[in-house]
Amino acid sequence: MREEFVLDEVVTVLREDGSADPATDPGLPEDTLVRLYKHLVLTRAVDERLVTLQRQGRIGFHIGSLGEEAAILGSAAALYDDDWLFPCYREFGALLLRGMPLQTYLDNMYGNGRDPVKGRQMPDHYTGRPYRFGSVSSPIGTQITQAVGFSWAAKLRGEKIAASVYFGDGATSSSEFHNGLNFAGVFKTPTVFLCRNNGWAISVPVAQQTASPTFAQKGFAYGVPGVRCDGNDLLAVYKVTRDAVDRARAGGGPTLIELLTHRLSGHSTSDDPKAYRAEAEMQAERARDPLPRLRRHLELRGLWSEAAQRAHTDALEAGLKAAVQSAEAAAAPSVETLFDDVFAARPWHLEEQRAACLAAPRARGHGAH
Amino acid sequence: MPQMNMVQAINDALRLELRRDPRVVLLGEDVGKVGGVFRVTQGLQEEFGADRVIDTPLSEGGIIGAAIGMALYGMRPVPEIQFSDFIFPAFDQIVSELAKFRYRSGGEYPAGMVIRTPVGGGIRGGHYHSQSPEAYFIHTPGLKVVCPSNPYDAKGLLLASLRDPDPVLFFEPKRVYRAARAEVPEGDYTVPLSQARVVREGRGVTVIAWGAMLYEALEAANEAARQGIDCEVLDLRTLWPVDIDAVVASVKKTGRVVVVHEAPRSCGFGAELIALLNEKAFLHLEAPPVRVTGYDTPFPYTLEMDYLPLAARILPALVETARY
Ligand SMILES: Cc1ncc(C[n+]2csc(CCOP(=O)(O)OP(=O)(O)O)c2C)c(N)n1
Ligand SMILES: [Mg+2]
Repeated sequence: MREEFVLDEVVTVLREDGSADPATDPGLPEDTLVRLYKHLVLTRAVDERLVTLQRQGRIGFHIGSLGEEAAILGSAAALYDDDWLFPCYREFGALLLRGMPLQTYLDNMYGNGRDPVKGRQMPDHYTGRPYRFGSVSSPIGTQITQAVGFSWAAKLRGEKIAASVYFGDGATSSSEFHNGLNFAGVFKTPTVFLCRNNGWAISVPVAQQTASPTFAQKGFAYGVPGVRCDGNDLLAVYKVTRDAVDRARAGGGPTLIELLTHRLSGHSTSDDPKAYRAEAEMQAERARDPLPRLRRHLELRGLWSEAAQRAHTDALEAGLKAAVQSAEAAAAPSVETLFDDVFAARPWHLEEQRAACLAAPRARGHGAH
Repeated sequence: MPQMNMVQAINDALRLELRRDPRVVLLGEDVGKVGGVFRVTQGLQEEFGADRVIDTPLSEGGIIGAAIGMALYGMRPVPEIQFSDFIFPAFDQIVSELAKFRYRSGGEYPAGMVIRTPVGGGIRGGHYHSQSPEAYFIHTPGLKVVCPSNPYDAKGLLLASLRDPDPVLFFEPKRVYRAARAEVPEGDYTVPLSQARVVREGRGVTVIAWGAMLYEALEAANEAARQGIDCEVLDLRTLWPVDIDAVVASVKKTGRVVVVHEAPRSCGFGAELIALLNEKAFLHLEAPPVRVTGYDTPFPYTLEMDYLPLAARILPALVETARY
């Protein structure tokens, strides 16, 4: 009997000196590489701005992807256009990559009347059906079985696509993780499970989340292959995700991918990590930041420069500033929208409540951003 | 007497009981090292160790299922659900198992425990950090449901719940976690379960509320007084089993009743209260009973102050009921 099952391989591509390991390099075209790096920088800049806006009291909340950008963008980029993406709550970079305008995302952050979610949900609870992107929910793990069912339905209908699903290390303790892997294994669904192992579930470290040496190995018990990958190495993330997506689309079934990364911030703007993490440890993690890692590679290949960085940053800062201003100026959703979309049509009781609400005196603080 | 907010008062009750009763253990997500996302259990792991104040994996079903097992063994587990919106992965364990253990085992396997969980809106939490799910649990035979409105009651009701032989859902109104400060005795005392409190005496209209909405009811009652309407405000404190004598006595006196709650209107606890009053005080009613509640929609983000039954919406209901 084996005492322990250890998966010790971690797929990497980018080396210390910025070169790519030819054995694993996915060989992306130069313009794709540059585009993805630009998205990493954009995602980081948006994140930092949103934290500032929250600190200034201009938005209520933000949960970002600082440090996890390569894990998120590398995997999202590896999907084909007709594949689907079921997000957790740190994947706004993937949503922008899939084409949602920055303005629309910021409208969600402000919960204004233009927000596709109509200001109903907290910031960072976006939705993006036109981009084949799911709808964010807070309860941990719920999206996992939903992605399995979605990809299973596609398989039943003979459509050769895959669905990916993002979740954290903490979510592997939810029953939905186990249900999802089991169903995917039994029905051989075209599902790509993307576990962002950032080391923490709020204040709980992975060592207290599981006694398994890895998360990837949890797939094997369900008959689902597991792989581990350096989640701060965008090319490695792309490589393992693309392999899994190709296999899924070809009828080969699901894969569980563990993306090893770091959360270089608190859990969200509501959290202060100083209460449970040593600053020195975060310092060491910052040295493995995925952005300079890819930039070194681009520079080595003559695809990027300080001048290009400055031009890109200036352009995106201008766009970001304008989008923030516009989102801030937009009107709040009107109060009657409260009663829409509960059902396809409003039954009598919602008609009554809507009329009563519109006639009622409004308390102070309504419609506040 | 020290001044405490509700967070400190609950912390104090937990500390006292951890000291007094070695069978007590706390468990939940983030409750140990950081002392909970609202810091309610702050400092307890330091004092009592990681075997008694336990950070668990992220699974509410796991937390409650394991707590039930501990209770069957004879421990006094105090699980925390980080937000009551996240209690649903544990719904099966609570509703099918915890609530029925004593009954289905003919009294052989009681499973006393207190499930603590923050409840309610008004903190810009949107759908999933704002809900008030008390009615599901009141509807389930075998569960007691408590919701304090102030620090004094929070400590006393929690100590009473911790010593109760039956499972208790202890809802902590997070909107007033730090807002309401009061004098709280340092040592041990209890506020008995199933005893409501008359917070404001009056003869005109009975207003029934609990948790964070008590303050809205009081504000509306004070404003109504300026218009010559004399309200009696009742803080239920324990929702189930409700203090039926207090409710009936007040309504027999005033003949008029307004129930306020954050949860959606239909099948909310207000419906049960009004049904009880129809059964027990029908001939004393001088006006139709009224509910001022959350709407039958998911809890919204931007428009949450329109959704909540705040004083501005309670006041017209008081006036109408009084003048009916
Ligand atoms: C069912 C449920 N329980 C608790 C929470 C509160 N909560 C939000 S995020 C989180 C930790 C998640 O950790 P992980 O899955 O590792 O994702 P990460 O935030 O690290 O990306 C917790 C406990 C929740 N949202 N849903
Ligand atoms: Mg995590």
